[in-house]
Amino acid sequence: MRGAIWGQIGRAPVAVAGGVIVAAYLAAAALAPALAPADPLGMEPHALLAAPGGGHPFGTDQFGRDVLSRLLYGARTSLAVSFASVALAVAGGGAAGILGGYYGGLVDGTIMRVMDVIFAFPAVLLAIAIMAIAGTAAGTIIAAIGLVYTPQFARVSRASVLQTRGLEYVEAARAVGAGVRRILARHILPNISAPLIVQTSLSLSLAILTESALSFLGLGTQPPTPSWGNMLADSRRFMVLAPWTAIFPGAAIALIVLGFNLLGDGLRDLLDPRLRL
Amino acid sequence: MTAFLASRLLALLPVLWGVSIVVFLLIHLLPGNAIQMFLGTQVDMTPAQMEELRRLFGLDKPLPAQYADWITRLVRGDFGVSLRTGRPVLPDILLRLPVSAEITVLALAVALAIALPVGVAAALRRGTAADAVIRVAGLVGLSIPNFWLATMLLLLLGNVVPIASVGIYVGMFADPVANLTVLALPAFSLGVALAAVLMRFVRSSLLEVLGQEYVRTARAKGLREYLVINRHALRNALIPVITVVGFQAGYLLGGTVVIEEVFALPGMGRLALNAIAQRDYPVVQGIVLVIACLFVLVNLAVDVLYAFVDPRVRYG
Repeated sequence: MRGAIWGQIGRAPVAVAGGVIVAAYLAAAALAPALAPADPLGMEPHALLAAPGGGHPFGTDQFGRDVLSRLLYGARTSLAVSFASVALAVAGGGAAGILGGYYGGLVDGTIMRVMDVIFAFPAVLLAIAIMAIAGTAAGTIIAAIGLVYTPQFARVSRASVLQTRGLEYVEAARAVGAGVRRILARHILPNISAPLIVQTSLSLSLAILTESALSFLGLGTQPPTPSWGNMLADSRRFMVLAPWTAIFPGAAIALIVLGFNLLGDGLRDLLDPRLRL
Repeated sequence: MTAFLASRLLALLPVLWGVSIVVFLLIHLLPGNAIQMFLGTQVDMTPAQMEELRRLFGLDKPLPAQYADWITRLVRGDFGVSLRTGRPVLPDILLRLPVSAEITVLALAVALAIALPVGVAAALRRGTAADAVIRVAGLVGLSIPNFWLATMLLLLLGNVVPIASVGIYVGMFADPVANLTVLALPAFSLGVALAAVLMRFVRSSLLEVLGQEYVRTARAKGLREYLVINRHALRNALIPVITVVGFQAGYLLGGTVVIEEVFALPGMGRLALNAIAQRDYPVVQGIVLVIACLFVLVNLAVDVLYAFVDPRVRYG
């Protein structure tokens, strides 16, 4: 089984390309202290808005801080927030969808109505509203982004459970006396994991975009902690003088979002043959 | 059709009710009740004055009673007053609504203008290098943050469009040409990612339809290929695309908040962000409520449109 998966991956160049980008970003974030040429918060008064080159491959910002170093440390912030918030959404939405799909009836009705209500808000807007009112602590960013992407996971897992729960092997497990918890964990979860994995990858791309949008608006990661969004916001006043301060943070966001999209798209081809066209 | 409409409208009520509860709790449950927080900034007030204000806002009552008061006033169109200007919130929001609505509609137009031809071309060239290039281009388009695209366009076109002209908004009816000139870049920045989503959907939907028997029949009777595509395939393929547009309206409505900020356009989003900066929570609350209701209504419109073009839905 595992061998078959690895064999297939070779035939999915799109997923491999996405995986490579994501792995590179994770490595860069993990090794930021070793890779960064300078302290991300260190100011060099004699090198304000210095052009790329020399000791500063990506130039410096308006305080003389090294842009590359800030990007590397910003990757830590953005990736940590995105992974944590999507983990929250997978756990919350996945559990809600599995319970609703398995039990049906009132449980299902209640859970899905709540999800419908969250879904009735544009995701970015709800995140902005929560951040505006609850304050900009790191935990709040994670909770806000996690909440707005929960309904997707509830819908995906519920739909998969509905397809799975009537199947014979689930009936068989029930017939031999397996408890609900065992059936859900051992028989249903493994069989609905494919769509959840695809959704996770796509949601990670949305979480990165949302975190940067929030930070761009001043409602996410707060300065001086570097994040791609707040770097881009800072750069707007100086971008005509120092375009590199605007170009690199945005490109950093676009590339990792592309990585997650390629990965999700490629995995969908691999894992969900029905959608292969 | 009437029964269908009635059932759809009825299904909206619990969602709208839920939306109102979320918006209410947003202000009242989150750490440090927002109005308390606002009062906290008014250091020169005596405790007696604060108590008076608290009673004025109904904060001395239990939460359910506060909600009942609030929703009753809401239904009558009273969204409260701004803590900064003292003016009623709703008229100020409705004044900004047309700007946001126009950006949203123009962005959708940009998205469709790109997605339809490119999606059809990709489907007709399925499996070729062109199809692969379009697929990757779609994923790239989906990955560029709209606020960065907007910033880059401003930077690149800085010589063509003086940045000083950004933020000078002209109404649609005052001067349509100037209006469209001002909104072209915002609409494009917002529309590109949606174009990428829709394009992929047009492609897969058209491919599915092209495999149907009625398409084979049309071909078998000797119809020319472009007639097969235009008259038989495309019309059916575009029906499910309508649903995706409704679904993605949330992206446009949320995205316009960010885009308005980049281009300094006087829409609801910018009003909300200014209100956030000033801790003017009734305004924030009102805008979130109005935008969520718009999103719900757009989806209702999409459902109805869908039932109109595909009668099977009405009886399903």
